[in-house]
Amino acid sequence: MSVLQKLMETVVQFMPDKAPDPLIHKHGYLGTPVSRVDGQRKVKGEARFTAEFEIENLAYAVPVCSTIAKGRIISIDAYDAERSPGVIAIVTAENAPKMKRPPLMDVRHMDKGFAASDLAVLQDDKISWDGQPVAVVVAETLEQAEHAASLVRVEYDEKAARVSFEDLKAEATVPSAVMGEDPELEIGNAQKAFAAAAFKVDNLYRTPHYNHNAIEPHAAIAAWDEDGRLTVFDSTQFVNGCKHALAGMFGLDGDDVRVIAPFVGGGFGGKAALWNHTALCAAAAKVANRPVKMALSREDVFRLIGGRTPSEQRVALGADKEGKFAAIIHTGVTATTTHAKFPEQFSLTPRHLYASRTMSVGQKVVNLDTVANTWMRAPGESIGTFALESAIDELAYAMKIDPVELRRLNEPERDPTKGTEFSSRHLVEAYRRGAEKFGWSGRPAEPCSQRDGKWLIGQGVATAYYPVFRFPAAVRLRIAADGSALVQAAANEMGMGTATVQIQHAADRLGLPLEMVSFRYGDSDLPDSPIIAGGSSQTGSIAAAVQVAVEKAHRELVKLAGNGSPLAGANVEIEARDGGLFLSGEGNKGETYASILKRAGRDFIEVEETSGMPFEVMKYSMASYGAQFCKARVNRESGEVRISRWLGSFDCGRILNPKTAVSQLRGGIVMGIGMALAEETLLDTRRGRIMNPSLAEYHVPVHLDVPHIEIIYNDIPDEHTPLGAHGVGEIGITGAAAAIANAIFHATGKRIRDLPITLGKLL
Amino acid sequence: MKSFAYARAADLETAVQLLSKTPNAKLLGGGTNLVDLMRENIEQPDALVDVTGLPLDRIQERPDGGLVIGATVRNTAVAVHPVVRDRYPLLAQAIVFGASGQIRNMATVAGNLMQRTRCLYFYDHAARCNKRAPGAGCDAIGGFNRMHAILGASDSCIATHPSDMCVALAALNAKVKVVGPNGERTIAFEDFHRLPEDTPHIETDLQPGELITGIEIPPLGFARRSLYRKIRDRASYAFALVSVAAALEVDNGKVRNIRLALGGVAHKPWRATEAERVLAGANAGPESFRQAAEAELAPARGLAHNDFKIELAKRTIVGVLGELAGG
Repeated sequence: MSVLQKLMETVVQFMPDKAPDPLIHKHGYLGTPVSRVDGQRKVKGEARFTAEFEIENLAYAVPVCSTIAKGRIISIDAYDAERSPGVIAIVTAENAPKMKRPPLMDVRHMDKGFAASDLAVLQDDKISWDGQPVAVVVAETLEQAEHAASLVRVEYDEKAARVSFEDLKAEATVPSAVMGEDPELEIGNAQKAFAAAAFKVDNLYRTPHYNHNAIEPHAAIAAWDEDGRLTVFDSTQFVNGCKHALAGMFGLDGDDVRVIAPFVGGGFGGKAALWNHTALCAAAAKVANRPVKMALSREDVFRLIGGRTPSEQRVALGADKEGKFAAIIHTGVTATTTHAKFPEQFSLTPRHLYASRTMSVGQKVVNLDTVANTWMRAPGESIGTFALESAIDELAYAMKIDPVELRRLNEPERDPTKGTEFSSRHLVEAYRRGAEKFGWSGRPAEPCSQRDGKWLIGQGVATAYYPVFRFPAAVRLRIAADGSALVQAAANEMGMGTATVQIQHAADRLGLPLEMVSFRYGDSDLPDSPIIAGGSSQTGSIAAAVQVAVEKAHRELVKLAGNGSPLAGANVEIEARDGGLFLSGEGNKGETYASILKRAGRDFIEVEETSGMPFEVMKYSMASYGAQFCKARVNRESGEVRISRWLGSFDCGRILNPKTAVSQLRGGIVMGIGMALAEETLLDTRRGRIMNPSLAEYHVPVHLDVPHIEIIYNDIPDEHTPLGAHGVGEIGITGAAAAIANAIFHATGKRIRDLPITLGKLL
Repeated sequence: MKSFAYARAADLETAVQLLSKTPNAKLLGGGTNLVDLMRENIEQPDALVDVTGLPLDRIQERPDGGLVIGATVRNTAVAVHPVVRDRYPLLAQAIVFGASGQIRNMATVAGNLMQRTRCLYFYDHAARCNKRAPGAGCDAIGGFNRMHAILGASDSCIATHPSDMCVALAALNAKVKVVGPNGERTIAFEDFHRLPEDTPHIETDLQPGELITGIEIPPLGFARRSLYRKIRDRASYAFALVSVAAALEVDNGKVRNIRLALGGVAHKPWRATEAERVLAGANAGPESFRQAAEAELAPARGLAHNDFKIELAKRTIVGVLGELAGG
């Protein structure tokens, strides 16, 4: 951590808190299960996703991907491909436009955008991973492009690739930072305290490579105009980031690039960074001198788009006779690549969850010659909670103490490593409510004690955890003379309900009915700021900006209303309700927006505002929490696992829309079931090649694998966040895999520490 | 996908003619596997002969109580057929476990027999595969082989046959009716699919120009008490790690009649004749079931990732037979 960063953390402790958002305790649209505003359009097929935009004179591009992991291209024989029907251009390093290397993510410079890999491919003959695009074929139709791509022959000079995490983990080194934090942290002498502890467990936990499989494969359409400006439709979680990263690559001004993404079919972190296909689509459009679409196939997504790093984590826990933790040791290795440098931050999780007399946390990273790893739903916390929460369960059995009680005993009063106050932490309450609803007290303590015919039954529990992030956001707000309002933000909607919740919010904030508010988003021509659908940050980030924009608009409206208005010179508070501004507690004394604007002869007023820096997340320890309860059935003959019940009890601040929030939490848990039981990227380490690049062979859960998932939540607002809310996009996956592994242990007495828990491991 | 010619055969004679006279032609049924493979450029036929218009789309009862199922009958039609459900429940179950409703609605019975392996290396052009390119070598042997054969594999190929339906048909002693340039013939089910040996690219006994016209299922009274059990990596939409098709008749505690076949273990649906032999007249109990399973799996060889399938197969045999014996 830099000196400046440390100084900043100290300074913010003395900064006064922002006054709590008055909407926190107001009952309006927020807190009610409003249906998605775009739900009907989606169901009717009217919502346009990236690959569906109809552009005149569009050509189709297909990548040709490397089949070696490291080396160099000797030659590309495109003779047959060039003569194949419909082919317009074949783009290789020979004729691709020059592209600069894009930046990688830096949390301090989110506004510049970032790419997943800092390689601009098709610039030289170097191969850095199996699946790297070596050519792009552009043709009149998709089928023609695909066929021609199959005719391109590439000759390589292959070098030995470093691809086996298992073989290379011993070479891992300590990175300079993990998400801006020191990669290693020691409190007291953890080794000594562990050695002396009355109870202890010390084990290794392994998680495999995982790949992204959003229902919408990545796609882009790029078009250059005659003035050299670039318009891109892109399935992105970050329109502004995409814009800036592309502008940098092509040497353009940010204003000369426009990125449009009204609907994204799931992202989960896999569409946050700029990936090669988007830049290649723009490059191909330049070479072909036509608009070009590159819609990746499912296989292409595996080859071009990375997923979650593998990990090996050691968790050693020591507790004294009373069950208090004497030592938490959580160390391990993850993998990244020389061109991604993303050490998935599992080691941040143990720093904030439990009180312990001593702690030793550390993370090392090894570089592999693979596609860039990237964010994948709760990067860090998902795998970190698997290891830590499995270990806590193991310790509970070793101590013969209830695992819920063990966690309660070690609930910290302040952040265990930073010493800061929690902004809002009610994990014990989430456990209490969850345990009651799940019927946890009726669970026999001993493993292997429940059976139904051939099925062994067990119940498991684990803590869910995800930090709060917020980024400065800019919004534009227009209030029109017809009494309607339009909120505009370069926000991203990948199915979570962004537009819906922001409309609920603005309606409450402005005192308007829902149908009078609309929300425009998914376009980088809207105010520029790092609003990203990532880090579970988007809702709060936008809300903070909408709050200041509405306040500014209200001030201007009062001014505009002038002396003739009942609002003039009011010495009581003015509140927004009934379509306008009214004096607090004074009935109908006030004026509607429509009336103010009409009197002033204005069609509308428009304001633009930016929210401030997120000092609160430095001042306080801010996170969401939860307790994941599940019931697993394990067939003692075959080892098949079926999850037959799930209850997630969450502490995520105030829930803004129970319908969309619960869907997000459920979705996270479904993904956690996949992570625990089925998903695994099969990377053949002899060649560094992914061997299961399809949904037939990369197993995500099917409906039959997923039980009804019950969700409850504390709904206790956090006074230090906009609307009192926390993000809910990622926490659902955290703790899920551990809850399953713990339930399987309870059912069978078998502790599985390497994911996925496939049936062979339980025979 | 490579360009190809397409012809629709109106009658059997034309179909045989088209198939034998067009170089590199393939028959098109439901297309649920062939078209996928064409899209992957693994199958690259120059011509497709569409057989879905042939008069082979009926299920007929035979006077002896057996069935003849036409080659182009859709999988769904077999699975819901009242006679199949009543007399051959293992067949109906196998089909239902075999694929999603949409695929079953399209897939034909003959096409099901002609499915190609799902070996990951067969699907990847960058890998070596003796099926795709005879003599090239096999990358699956030292690679990911969780789904691969534990019985009857060779140094050339360790692929498995992916069908569920065929496992039930193997247990039922079905016969495959074919017609070709030299007329009609009937192939015993266990002779239809081949073990890989050193020619894994030759997967069936079909000769050039021959096409399947139907499947004969002989009567088998005790098959009313039969089961198909499929073990896989998720609850649906996955190929079998191991499957067991079995019919069992117990008389006075002894095995009177037994049919047993395994899926997911070999290059062909695996009729468990050794287990059947051990069980003939034996006590219908877990000890002899285990003994039979041990005997059947005695020649099994596991690889890096599929070794667990040997024990899994044994346990599944014991479990299924136990259920059928009423245990």
